[in-house]
Amino acid sequence: MKVAVLAVQGAFIEHRKKLENLGVPCIELRKKEDLEENFDGLILPGGESTVQGKLLKELGIYPLLKEKIACGMPVLATCAGLILLAEKLTNDQHVYFGTLPVKVKRNAYGRQLGSFHTEQEMKGIGKVPMTFIRAPYIEETGNGVEILSSVEGKIVAVKYGMQYGMAFHPELDRDNRIHEMFLDAVRNSV
Amino acid sequence: MDMERYGLNKQLAQMLKGGVIMDVTTPEQAEIAEKAGACAVMALERIPADIRAAGGVSRMSDPKMIKGIQEAVTIPVMAKCRIGHFVEAQILEAIEIDYIDESEVLSPADDVYHIDKRKFRVPFVCGARDLGEALRRINEGASMIRTKGEPGTGDVIQAVRHMRMMNQEISKISSMREDELFEEAKNLKVPYELVEYVHKNGRLPVVNFAAGGVATPADAALMMQLGAEGVFVGSGIFKSGDPQKRAAAIVKAVTNYEDSKLLAELSEDLGEAMVGINEQEIELLMAERGR
Repeated sequence: MKVAVLAVQGAFIEHRKKLENLGVPCIELRKKEDLEENFDGLILPGGESTVQGKLLKELGIYPLLKEKIACGMPVLATCAGLILLAEKLTNDQHVYFGTLPVKVKRNAYGRQLGSFHTEQEMKGIGKVPMTFIRAPYIEETGNGVEILSSVEGKIVAVKYGMQYGMAFHPELDRDNRIHEMFLDAVRNSV
Repeated sequence: MDMERYGLNKQLAQMLKGGVIMDVTTPEQAEIAEKAGACAVMALERIPADIRAAGGVSRMSDPKMIKGIQEAVTIPVMAKCRIGHFVEAQILEAIEIDYIDESEVLSPADDVYHIDKRKFRVPFVCGARDLGEALRRINEGASMIRTKGEPGTGDVIQAVRHMRMMNQEISKISSMREDELFEEAKNLKVPYELVEYVHKNGRLPVVNFAAGGVATPADAALMMQLGAEGVFVGSGIFKSGDPQKRAAAIVKAVTNYEDSKLLAELSEDLGEAMVGINEQEIELLMAERGR
């Protein structure tokens, strides 16, 4: 089992470290050729979605990766990653992969002064630490989208098929349970 | 200091990694930068090359101009205040800037004390020429570090020097015996805990970017190969012939900084680079400001 982390910009090293701690081999996707290697799961990390979305397309990663996601490859998307997966954005006309039927609001908590840390129940796991950095949240969900967690009435984690979308950064906290949940899904799909 | 807030501020810098932060002076430039793939913009009235040319006292930018830039883009917006000018910093905090750069590019307001950055809720990035400076700024509350380089010159030599110096000092501390760390803390004029962190982790406790004199995709990739976690580009973009193209090329060079074939493609046909001045030709060394 091998997991790929999109590494065009942002906090991809944090995800890689999580995977290494959990004993899962991983590769970084920086350009088209990196997609030639086989992998069983995909992580879309935090960072700036405008930068990642642009580089995805210009470095030729986009079409193949979109196909893999659409064909059911397990994906864990955090913060900017969630924006890349979303079918629709409230305050932005861009659509990137558009494979997750949710409407996401970018920078929904405002500027850096609105960033915060909290703990909240996550379906199937229990209470987990959550770090929100200039984070988005989910405003609407489409058919078949399971809500995993909400913070103060705002949806912050969902599952749709094999796509896990989180508005916060599980890679920044010590807790490994969200990555473990995702890796179980990858294992089951292999 | 509110440690949770400090943690969040360090984490915002983590999100910027692998990215390019660009100096902009107008909302239009900010939009060009965002479209070209900047992960954040630095709002300032004049880019360093023009500050250098104009001479005189250079201060924090007009808050109205900064707000115009905040409205124009969705990526984080940073702004500079003068070294030691904590009221300029308070003003920037009041307009909810995402990051304050306590910067040697502006005229220093205090030649002894830096801002007590622990008193603020917004994050600070500071320049450093060596490990001691970096750790002193972190001790004062900076949540991100960048090399000072020599801004507004288009000459990368000082950024290279500062990055190499930091790396050398970090590897020296990593290989020290534990009982030698106390003396090292004394030499660097920083608390023991910070030296201990570097010893254990082999890196700074915050994200470290390169800045000062980066003008080409090759310069940016050079700094990344030397261990920078991202790059600030100041005058290099909007002082060049084709800002949009050069900016986009630098962004890609930072992502694929080890792919020389791609770097060759990116370096093609970028138009005129900023002319630049050699470090020997300048009278004012901004990097000497603040220690």
